[in-house]
Amino acid sequence: MSILINNSSRIVVQGITGRSGLFHTQQCREYGSNIVAGVTPGKGGIHIEGIPVFNTVAEAVKYTNANVSMIFVPPPGAADAILESAAAGLELAVCITEGIPVRDMVPVKAVLKQSKMRLVGPNCPGVITPGECKIGIMPGHIHKPGKIGVVSRSGTLTYEAVKQLTDMGLGQSTCVGIGGDPIIGMNFIDVLKLFNEDPGTEGVFMIGEIGGAAEEDAAHWIQEHMKKPVAAFIAGVTAPPGKRMGHAGAIITGGKGKAEDKIRTLTECGVTVASSPTKMGEAMQMALAAKVNGKKK
Amino acid sequence: MNIHEYQAKEILNSFGIPIPRGRVALTADQVERAAKEMGGRCVVKAQIYAGGRGKAGGVKLVHHPEQAQEYAKELFGKTLVTPQTGPEGLRVRRILVEEAVEIAREFYLSITLDRSASRYVLIASAEGGMEIEEVASKTPEKIHTLTIDPFLGLRSYQARQIALQLGLSGSVCEDCVNLIQNLYRVCLEKDCALVEINPLVVTRAGWLMAMDAKITFDDNAIFRHREYPDMMDYSQLDPLEINAGKYDLAYIKLSGSIGCLVNGAGLAMATLDVLKEYGGEPANFLDVGGGATREKVAEAFKIILQDADVKGIFVNIFGGIMRCDVIAHGIIEAASEVNCTLPIVVRMDGSQVEEGKRLLTESGLNVQCSDNLGDAASKIVGMLG
Repeated sequence: MSILINNSSRIVVQGITGRSGLFHTQQCREYGSNIVAGVTPGKGGIHIEGIPVFNTVAEAVKYTNANVSMIFVPPPGAADAILESAAAGLELAVCITEGIPVRDMVPVKAVLKQSKMRLVGPNCPGVITPGECKIGIMPGHIHKPGKIGVVSRSGTLTYEAVKQLTDMGLGQSTCVGIGGDPIIGMNFIDVLKLFNEDPGTEGVFMIGEIGGAAEEDAAHWIQEHMKKPVAAFIAGVTAPPGKRMGHAGAIITGGKGKAEDKIRTLTECGVTVASSPTKMGEAMQMALAAKVNGKKK
Repeated sequence: MNIHEYQAKEILNSFGIPIPRGRVALTADQVERAAKEMGGRCVVKAQIYAGGRGKAGGVKLVHHPEQAQEYAKELFGKTLVTPQTGPEGLRVRRILVEEAVEIAREFYLSITLDRSASRYVLIASAEGGMEIEEVASKTPEKIHTLTIDPFLGLRSYQARQIALQLGLSGSVCEDCVNLIQNLYRVCLEKDCALVEINPLVVTRAGWLMAMDAKITFDDNAIFRHREYPDMMDYSQLDPLEINAGKYDLAYIKLSGSIGCLVNGAGLAMATLDVLKEYGGEPANFLDVGGGATREKVAEAFKIILQDADVKGIFVNIFGGIMRCDVIAHGIIEAASEVNCTLPIVVRMDGSQVEEGKRLLTESGLNVQCSDNLGDAASKIVGMLG
């Protein structure tokens, strides 16, 4: 079992004719993902790598029954691409695009509140259900099918965590990169809820970083509702305040968003927090063991 | 992206928000002339990319042009250290000379993003001139907020409620309603991450005026505003950070001796954390982007080596889709081009990792490879002794 995507997901790629759009379409297909259509306005009617390209998402849905979108549209048109996929009735959009202005995302977020479509990202590595379906830019080969759900604000740090899990024999049910921007679609809690209800997930690893209060919110939710053990790592313990650490959302402002506060809150809420990025796999193992010993509810 | 106070005020003024009469000066003589224009008695304000200037001695009320000139001579080239600059401080290269205004009351007003609501939020307080975080923690009841619906916008009645909460009445209250709505227009049209007036004042004569202002632009929106790059004052930025920006690398100078080259922001932060854990001091944060390329790795390498404090280099690349042998070529190219003899520890993962390691080991560089993050960190710290 898994969340969000599996081997029956039918994928449309928005921005398929761009350089990275095409490259990652090929990579996802090699992994086994079912890419049924592409969308590039003005290029409808052509085929690329045997995939039919449409002018609009609505057309792609009509002719191919696509139900999930992978978005590679550059920043100026990316917010529009998200809205278009919602209007076309898709279930899920995974937006990889980095660098979308906040002003564009504010109305998108407001529209999504009224929509049935879920959004993962933007500025994220995507979603993978190992062995079944990959929608994103993560390296498929480090993943292994299994029972750990992974949710993360980061990209390559997630790969590091996944590799540590895989090396320890802990496979993954689904890995979700929620993205490093100030405004994102699904947040930690949205993803945790799905893992909580997924019979194929036995524990969750969560990767956060400095900035905002999403990790604290998640911690409180976990304490109240989570039935499964959770381990976590927070990046940026040593980050200086006032500096944007690569991600638009990763900045300590006005004394808020510090790693130490996040770590304290998570620990208080029963989450096993890895003391070092070298110990992420171990932390997950400890959290699972604690549950077996009955220490966790 | 930050801009100076005087630039922020020019923007506010172009949206109908009143500001004091003022002039920017680059020399002490220009300051004197500007002071004469203002009638002698005026405020001289150092322009740096940080707040807290007043307490650091960067703002002064002077009474005649000669005094303004004297003070300017003292300020120009001086490094101001405020709680927001960090210990290294920022050099003063521009000075704003403004008319002295008789103030009756002071307020705080800003618009920024409320991340938890994913909407812009207006923040107002009757405690003007103070750090808003301080007011928020000591007297939260004095802070009024309004979350803005992106489709309805900021309506007059909402702005009026805020103005009334600030204790304004009559025509000043209605002026404030206009000002608040204009501030929201600035926020949207100029793609601001923050637009702040602190203090917003009511003058003795009964007019509203933005006495100090701060604007931070959304870095992701710079592509829509061609004028923004020209507004940047590069003297306020670290030269290495500017250089990194040209190659789209996220670089932040830190105070240690181990240069770091990492792909991905989260992994880059975690790399700094792990270095500290092993007793090392990172010289920088550097993210070459999740999908590191050979060119970017090479440029990043050169930028790190321009920092004279760097005594060793730690490369941490989770290759993912990018092949490790290609990354290794980038490192070797850059290191030989600049004759780098410093110790380097490379930790790579991903595809073609063995080939990448072979290339590095046979390159003749002072390099060690490692498969694991902790081992790599202890190696580089050990090599620097």
